[in-house]
Formats: sequence, structure tokens, C-alpha cells
Amino acid sequence: MMKVVHYINQFFGQIGGEEKADITPQLHEGVVGPGMALKNAFKGEADIVATIICGDSYFAEHQEEATKTILDMIKKYNPDVFVAGPAFNAGRYGTACGAVCKAVKEALNIPVVTGMYIENPGVDLYKKDAYIVLTKNSAVGMREAVPKMAKLALKLAKGEPMGSPQEEGYIPRGIRKNYIADERGSKRAVDMLVKKVNGEKFETEFEMPSFDRVAPNPPVKDITKAKIALVTSGGIVPKGNPDRIESSSASKFGKYDIDGVYDLTEATYETAHGGYDPTYANADADRVLPVDVLRDLEKEGKIGSLHRYYYATVGNGTAVASAKKFGAAIAKELIADGVDAVILTST
Amino acid sequence: MRLELGNIFIKDLQFGPETKVEKGILYVNKEELLKEVSGDEKVKSIDFDIVHPGDSARIIPVKDVIEPRVKVEGKGGIFPGFISKVDTVGSGRTNVLKGAAVVTTGKIVGFQEGIIDMSGEGAKYTPFSKTHNLVITCEVNDDVKQHEHEEAIRMIGLKAAAYLGKAGKDVQPDEVKTYETLPLLEQVKKYPNLPKVVYVYMLQSQGLLHDTYVYGVDAKKIIPTFIYPTEVFDGAILSGNCVSACDKNPTYVHLNHPIIEDLYDRDGKDINFLGCVITNENVYLADKERSSNCTAKLVEFLGADAAIISEEGFGNPDADLVMNCNKIEEKGIKTVLVTDEYAGRDGASQSLADSTPKGNAVVTAGNANELVVLKAMDKVIGHPEAANIIAGGYSGSLRPDGSIEAELQVITGCTSEVGFNYLSAKGF
Repeated sequence: MMKVVHYINQFFGQIGGEEKADITPQLHEGVVGPGMALKNAFKGEADIVATIICGDSYFAEHQEEATKTILDMIKKYNPDVFVAGPAFNAGRYGTACGAVCKAVKEALNIPVVTGMYIENPGVDLYKKDAYIVLTKNSAVGMREAVPKMAKLALKLAKGEPMGSPQEEGYIPRGIRKNYIADERGSKRAVDMLVKKVNGEKFETEFEMPSFDRVAPNPPVKDITKAKIALVTSGGIVPKGNPDRIESSSASKFGKYDIDGVYDLTEATYETAHGGYDPTYANADADRVLPVDVLRDLEKEGKIGSLHRYYYATVGNGTAVASAKKFGAAIAKELIADGVDAVILTST
Repeated sequence: MRLELGNIFIKDLQFGPETKVEKGILYVNKEELLKEVSGDEKVKSIDFDIVHPGDSARIIPVKDVIEPRVKVEGKGGIFPGFISKVDTVGSGRTNVLKGAAVVTTGKIVGFQEGIIDMSGEGAKYTPFSKTHNLVITCEVNDDVKQHEHEEAIRMIGLKAAAYLGKAGKDVQPDEVKTYETLPLLEQVKKYPNLPKVVYVYMLQSQGLLHDTYVYGVDAKKIIPTFIYPTEVFDGAILSGNCVSACDKNPTYVHLNHPIIEDLYDRDGKDINFLGCVITNENVYLADKERSSNCTAKLVEFLGADAAIISEEGFGNPDADLVMNCNKIEEKGIKTVLVTDEYAGRDGASQSLADSTPKGNAVVTAGNANELVVLKAMDKVIGHPEAANIIAGGYSGSLRPDGSIEAELQVITGCTSEVGFNYLSAKGF
């Protein structure tokens, strides 16, 4: 019988809710929580030999350490396939499932399956690394998700050829593979055209990615009265990076008080960004986040005022879904604080 | 405009004492052919070879593939503006030596020339492994500049195809196909209840050595215009050769334009095919704007309900494709796009350089970056070491045993963006 190791968080592991989100990885022999349904769905072809439970906050804050511990736990079982979640729309849980799957695939070369709701930030981050079964946005979708995940897991464990996302129910990983079609391209184009012009259903052979193009806002009416905020994806943080914003694939943004700060110095600020040479940003962080210049303009009466807080995250390899979420949250606070204009700096 | 295409099926190609077609065999008198194509002082040597489907043979680097055709009735001659005078072609009768092709090779001109394998894995990916090919290896003098080099070989290929085509002038064709497009108002009236369709035919024109010619004019210099579809069957449009082998349109493909053929096939049944708008793919933004504006305007003016838009090349012209799509869709005209993809060797990268949500109906000719191994062949015509420098190859592509590992990009006609081939790609 094939062996499966299953990964779940503290909540599905029946340890507790948010108050237990900081638990370190734990190993349990056999099935825990949703593993029972998964085991049943294997219909005797595979067994869950172990379950690993880890707190979502712990994983997010100690990703490297947690991953290492989890890999060590999995290794000794030498499973045929690794299953994580499903995480539905739980962001930190989804990100953890994706990260663990990626590590298992890369370090142990064991096939991996997880399950998430389409808007889970883990989808954008890890869809290329793991087969992610599309689920509903809450645990209500468990009954529907588990059989699909089980089917996919068995297929991978047996090394059977994988069907298309539509056939198998996983989220397209964006991997393009060639095949020889039955009709030549011109015939397929004419067929598609006839369907499209007649209002019939047709299927495109290539989904064009949607680039989010933002139309610029109208100019600020009177800049000398405007309250201006600074927001950066260049990773400028107070020295020591108090919020531990990741150097790549940031999972959060920081909000920092610059009341009374007139210059960012080498002793007080630095960058957390791992995607560019930090030498010049660390020597003088005003180069990325121009607090000094804005203070001058404020003094000269050329702008109304500089907002008391600035926001920072790291744009390096950060998923568009995460960036969108940060942007929306930051914009909400800026509007509530009566900010009139924002200078966005990137690197 | 009405054109009959008389297809003479060529089952074999041989050298012989007289150039003629007899019982489906095309015989070629080498000396006469040489006399016909020589005369350019830039050219140092010309050699001829014949390869057949299934042969253990490779042609590299391939510049162009051309089908022998001859005008039997009606105005003008084949390849107007180059071989024949610039009469408007596309009416009367044209005979075609179907199954034969002229392939030009010789020292590499640019980086964007291709490979044709007549058997093995590579043969699956090129349409020109199925034709009997007369291969012309042409070498030029050392001091000849690249664009002169290209022009010299282009002319030799066209002359050779026109010469061979003449052998079919008095031969009774095995089949005759008739294609007709009426002047616009009459064509509209002919099938008043069918959706009206225009084909937007984008021509490669990215710069020197990235050329396409229309009646002898470099397509960079054209303003988008209307052409009757049958004009292309007589060689009104032909290739300037040096664009990535997989997705440029060799002259053969212009002559046998598959989208035009397949639109004609549905004309009067599902659609009313009004004709073609040709446009270019220049590199300056102002040129892109002007050409896409004119194209959309013309498609609207013709009264189209829908249009197929095909790209030639990749990267920079993706922007032209997207502009054409957006501007035509904005006029309420439905579009289908034909392109290919550069999604990386692992298929995980973004396929196109530009994108639009309006492009919701796309036919893809496959991922040109996928790797392929082409086994060694008994016979190699041309210069195998070109595998290391042509687009899609890399230093070391040509292995010591004569086999080649490279991207599909190197194979002539592999990811044809007018849908001449069968390759496609799916998302996983």
C-alpha cells in the first residue's frame, strides 16, 4: 500500500484557534482531523502514515526553521506522495501548505498535492510548484475537495500522466506544453471565429494574462496644502527590521512613525529588500524613501505636510495577490488619516 | 476576382535531360536551371540537390521555401514586382506543382534561419518534410553585405521556382479549385445573412533582414490596405527570409495561405469572407499606432462582423497584435488571434510580451522554446555548424555525433502563426 504524509495547521489539527497559532511542528503517527476523510477517499490504495501539525503564525515567522524540521519529520517515512491542507481561503495556512509542498518537492523529490480557494495568496505563490486543487472558500467545501485531492495524490504516487487542469480539477500552474492537434491552426482559428461570431461557446487555446493597468489620478489641486505620505516597496525599515518583513515574497507590510524624523541615517534605517544591492540604501535610506527632501519642502511651504507614518514592504518576488492586499489595506488607512497624495517609490 | 488553382500532384522529383512533368514526376535539367538562376556577380557558387520525404537528410540553414507555380490564364505572372511585372494578379488560372518545393540554403545570412529534416523527430515538426525538395546551396563572395546576400539568395529561389513552375504550364491538372471574391458591395449581397469576415494579415517588417514584400514593395513602407485573397496565391506577397525559422511565413506559406484557404472553405456556408487587410509590424511606436489605427478603420469600413488576426514573429510584434485586437474589438468587431508562444524551455514563463483582456479567443501554434533532439542524418546539405548560432540554437547545439539539441524555434515552419502546422500548446 502506498504511503502518504499529511500536513495540517493547528486548527484542523484540533489543537486550537488563533491562540495556538504559534505552536511548533508536531508529528503524529496516523490520521488526524481531515486526514480521516482523505484516508477514506484513498479507498485502501494508500494510507496516511503520519500527520504533521504546525501553527500558522509559527510557520510564517520561522519559515526556514519550520521547513527544515518538517522535512526531517517527513524524510523517515519516505512517503509516495505528500498532501497538505486543504487550506481553503486561510492565507497563512495556504502559504504554509504551498511552501512546505515546494520544499518537499525540491528537497525530497516526492510529489505534492494541496488544495486552496482561488484567492488564497498561496495560489499565486506556489501554483507552479504544487498541484493545487481548487476548493471553496471555507471548510464547507471539505467534502468536495478531499476526493479530488485524493485522486490527484494517487495519480502522482503511481506516476500516471497528469491530465489538464480542467480534467483533474487543479489550478492551472501556468506550464505550457506542446502537443500535436488534430486540425491545423488555421482551421482551428476559423472554427473558433465561427463560434465566437455566432455567440456560441468557444474555448481559447491561450488565456491572455491580465495586466493590471492603473489610470493615473488627476493632479493634486493645491500641493502647498496637501498632506503627503510615503509608501515604498523598496523595503526601507527602521534598523533591525522590527516586523521582520521578508527579504523576498513578503507576507506583510510595515507602518512606521516618522514624527520628528528629518533624515534617515545609516544608524537608524536600512532596507529589508533582498532583490537589489543594499549598499546605497543602507548608507542613506533617503535614496529610496526621500524623507529628507520632503522635510525640506514641508519647511519651505512647498507641500502642506508629510504624513506622520510611512508604509513599507518588499516587492521582491512578492505575489501579485499579496501586493494587492497590502495596497488595499494601506490605501484604506491613508484615506482614513486624511492623506491627499502619496509618493510611491520602488526599486 | 476569380482564380482557378490547377494542382498537378508531384509524386517524385528527379534530375533529367529535360525539365518537364510526366506522370506526376518532375524532371529537372540541372544545366538549364543553373543558366536560369545564375548571373549575379555577388554569387560565388550554386549547387543543386534533391531530397525526398523519408530521406535521412537535413537542410541547414534554410532561408526560404518556395512552391513552383505558373500563370496559365489571366493577368500578370508569378511573383509580381520581382519575377513578373507589377500587374495585379489573382485572377484567371494558375497551375501549381503540388508536392514539390524549392529550398534555399548556404552560408548563414543572419541568425534567423532554420532546419528542415526529411525524417525522424524533426520531420514531424516541419511541413516541408512532406514535399519533394529541390535544394539550392548558394554561396556568395566574402565582401557581400548581409542584405545583399539575402537579396541574392531570395532572387535565386524565386527564379528557380518560376522556372520549375513553367514545366506545369501545359499539363492537365489533377484537380482544379476555384476561389472567388467579388467587389465588396456585391460580395456583401451574395450572402446577406452570413456574418462578414475580414482577415487581418500582419506582415513581418521589424527592420533590415526582417522584411516581407508586397508587389515588390518592402512592407515597412506600406499603409494598411485591402487585397483580394487570391492575389497571394500568385505570389503578390513573399518572404524576406531572415526571421526566426519557426514562425516566419516562408514564401511557400504565403502562396498556400492556410487561413485564406480555410476561410474560403466556409465562405457561403458559415461566413461571408470579404477579403484581407494587410498590415505591417514596424518597430517605432508611431508606426505601430498608425498601422493599427488604419487597420481597425479599414476593417470597420469594410463592414466586418469578425476578423482573424495573425501575427508573424514574436516579442515586439506582440504589441502590434494586441493593438490590432484592442482597436478592432473596440469597434464591436469580434476577433480571433493566431500567435505562438515563448514560454521558456520549461513552459513556465509568460508566453507573450504583451496582453489584452480583449484577446479572449486565441489560437496558439505552440511553445517555440521547447527543446528537441534531432538525430544525425546521413546527408546534410548546407552548414550544420549554423545550429550553434541560429535563433533557438546555442553554442554546443551541434553535438560531435552530428545530432542537434535545440529549441523548436530552429525548425522551419514549426510554430506557423498562420496555422500552417498542427502544433499547439496547453496549460498544465
